[in-house]
Amino acid sequence: MKMLKSTLAVLTAATALGVASFAQAGTTLDAIQKKGFIQCGVSDGLPGFSVADSTGKINGIDADVCRAVAAAVFGDATKVKFSQLNAKERFTALQSGEIDVLSRNTTWTSSRDAGMGLVFAGVTYYDGVGFLVNKKLGVKSAAELDGATICIQAGTTTELNVADYFRGKGLKYTPITFDTSDESAKSLESGRCDVLTSDKSQLYAQRSKLGSPNDYVVLPETISKEPLGPVVRRGDEDWMAIVKWTLFAMLNAEEAGVTSKNVEEEAKSTKNPDVGRLLGADGEYGKDLKLRKDWVVQIVKQVGNYGEVFERNLGKNTPLAIDRGQNALWNNGGIQYAPPVR
Amino acid sequence: MQNQIGAPKGFSLTDPRVRAWLFQIITVLAVISLGWFLFDNTQTNLQHRGITSGFGFLQNSAGFGIAQHLIDYKESDSYARVFLIGLLNTLLVTFIGIILATLLGFVLGVARLSKNWMINKLATVYIEIFRNIPPLLQILFWYFAVFLTLPGPRAAHSILGYFFVSSRGLNMPAAIPAEGVWPFVIAVVIAIVAIVVMSKWATKRFEETGVPFHKFWAGLALIVVIPALSMLIFGVPVHWELAQLQGFNFVGGWVMIPELLALTLALTVYTAAFIAEIVRSGIKSVSHGQTEAAHSLGLRNGPTLRKVIIPQAMRVIIPPLTSQYLNLAKNSSLAAGIGYPEMVSLFAGTVLNQTGQAIEVIAITMSVYLAISISISLLMNWYNKRIALIER
Repeated sequence: MKMLKSTLAVLTAATALGVASFAQAGTTLDAIQKKGFIQCGVSDGLPGFSVADSTGKINGIDADVCRAVAAAVFGDATKVKFSQLNAKERFTALQSGEIDVLSRNTTWTSSRDAGMGLVFAGVTYYDGVGFLVNKKLGVKSAAELDGATICIQAGTTTELNVADYFRGKGLKYTPITFDTSDESAKSLESGRCDVLTSDKSQLYAQRSKLGSPNDYVVLPETISKEPLGPVVRRGDEDWMAIVKWTLFAMLNAEEAGVTSKNVEEEAKSTKNPDVGRLLGADGEYGKDLKLRKDWVVQIVKQVGNYGEVFERNLGKNTPLAIDRGQNALWNNGGIQYAPPVR
Repeated sequence: MQNQIGAPKGFSLTDPRVRAWLFQIITVLAVISLGWFLFDNTQTNLQHRGITSGFGFLQNSAGFGIAQHLIDYKESDSYARVFLIGLLNTLLVTFIGIILATLLGFVLGVARLSKNWMINKLATVYIEIFRNIPPLLQILFWYFAVFLTLPGPRAAHSILGYFFVSSRGLNMPAAIPAEGVWPFVIAVVIAIVAIVVMSKWATKRFEETGVPFHKFWAGLALIVVIPALSMLIFGVPVHWELAQLQGFNFVGGWVMIPELLALTLALTVYTAAFIAEIVRSGIKSVSHGQTEAAHSLGLRNGPTLRKVIIPQAMRVIIPPLTSQYLNLAKNSSLAAGIGYPEMVSLFAGTVLNQTGQAIEVIAITMSVYLAISISISLLMNWYNKRIALIER
């Protein structure tokens, strides 16, 4: 009888514990503030977006988005821990709560936004699928790719978009899918595939990593829309708003001409009411977001505005040398547009 | 008869039998409720987080291409068909791998026992090398260091003008069924039946009269002559379609993609090393007295090995051999590293990612491996029972 009792007791305790740990809700922001850092999912190595340097520091526009969120939440951009994920791991990592935000060149689509318990917070980079081929093949346009063998990263929208493109044009192709972008690049170099397909930004990044980048050329066609942006779990609007407005703050800062160099100066002495609201000199807009008053100042001071981040990671003076193109601000010929802070 | 003296009748917790039952019931209930709790909790959480669940996604169209499919496939086909293709690709590797690894393993195992110093040492070196390197590394080695370093299709090595080896794999002529295909198939079936009948008759005669019969040569004659006759009368069974270089790649013919070649080769070479050791220990387990007894009956070395040693060794070999087969089937999932479209890389990889339904996809994948493993086990257990020592 005693044994029975103790068995029951253990069982009840275990069940209660189980319920407690499973049903533990709390908001993402509370949990982050408790643990003192943001766990951010980035790629397994994509120059310009998120790639580790020789000291192990992760650089890139995707990594900087996470740093900006940390600057907004903690006032300290270094309070981020990165998880390097391949395309197949990324959603499960976010769904299971292993990471707080996924900032990993991930394409915004309806099924990912609605059917996976995830929600996209915005667009960091407007991209599209293109083709990288060896110059030796003498191919000038994607329409000449009938019968080609194509290396693709597994579990990406690229896999679907390439299939659509070739099906639409009535062309044949053989897809070879790899888990990591490095494996696909290696296979292109070895001649396993004729073509490497990915988002165009990634193609430039991959090309810069090849043994002889000049032997390869990116074909002119862009066959799909690939808006890349940070993703959070569905059902926590507060956290989603923080990530979303961090991105908007970076865009608004660029638009207002606030840079990491002049931000402190501007915060103190600006005459422009827009800038005043943005930098917390006027009003309590940070409070609405459950953030500190000077959240934008911290973002811009420690990480930079959108233009600075873009130029640092992808722009003219980097090996990638990507043009702003669609990613220029709306008033500058691009489509990057952020709602105002007020 | 079980009633102890003084044991109270009826329900009492002091009765050990009642207690035994009670605890069993409690345990079962606890396991069931834990299972139910996990299931219910998952369901609730999935719903709470707005993650689609259920198996409806299997009907949706997949929308991506697949490098190797043994059955027809186009991008508009459903995820269910993608599942089938992944399953078939896994089974293909498992099947080829098991056959080749068994053959190679037996040869190596016997070689390891050879009295010839050279053969013996070569087999030992082989086994020690390949048994001790992790299979994933071997797969990557064969793929990246061997097959992908071959020249591109435009500079492919040609073997007699029929086979082409390049970084795109092994291209070979395809057999296209011709007018004589059905008569040919029927002729082969007839030949096989004839061989079985002949073999039974020969065994029976041997047991009754002791006169041996050349079963092998007679069988060979039957399997060659009957289909050849069919070809003479009804025409050739197949036409050969040659692979030809056109544009980027070879068109026509059949191709074994380098992913398949690398995976099969790596798994064969790896598993064969283990099988060799199993075969060696099996043969060693048969006491030397058996060989001496066979020799004293006048059997030569060959028949002694075939008729006396191997049948007894098989009883020791089969159970561990089964687990090697299971290992091979499970190791085929390492193909994800080189992009061979099997269950894990195709279904638990691409499909999982495109649909986001991790729990369903992983559950299906796990049950597939479970089913494959159990099937192999059942088959091998059946074979083991058949050859087991019948004790009299």
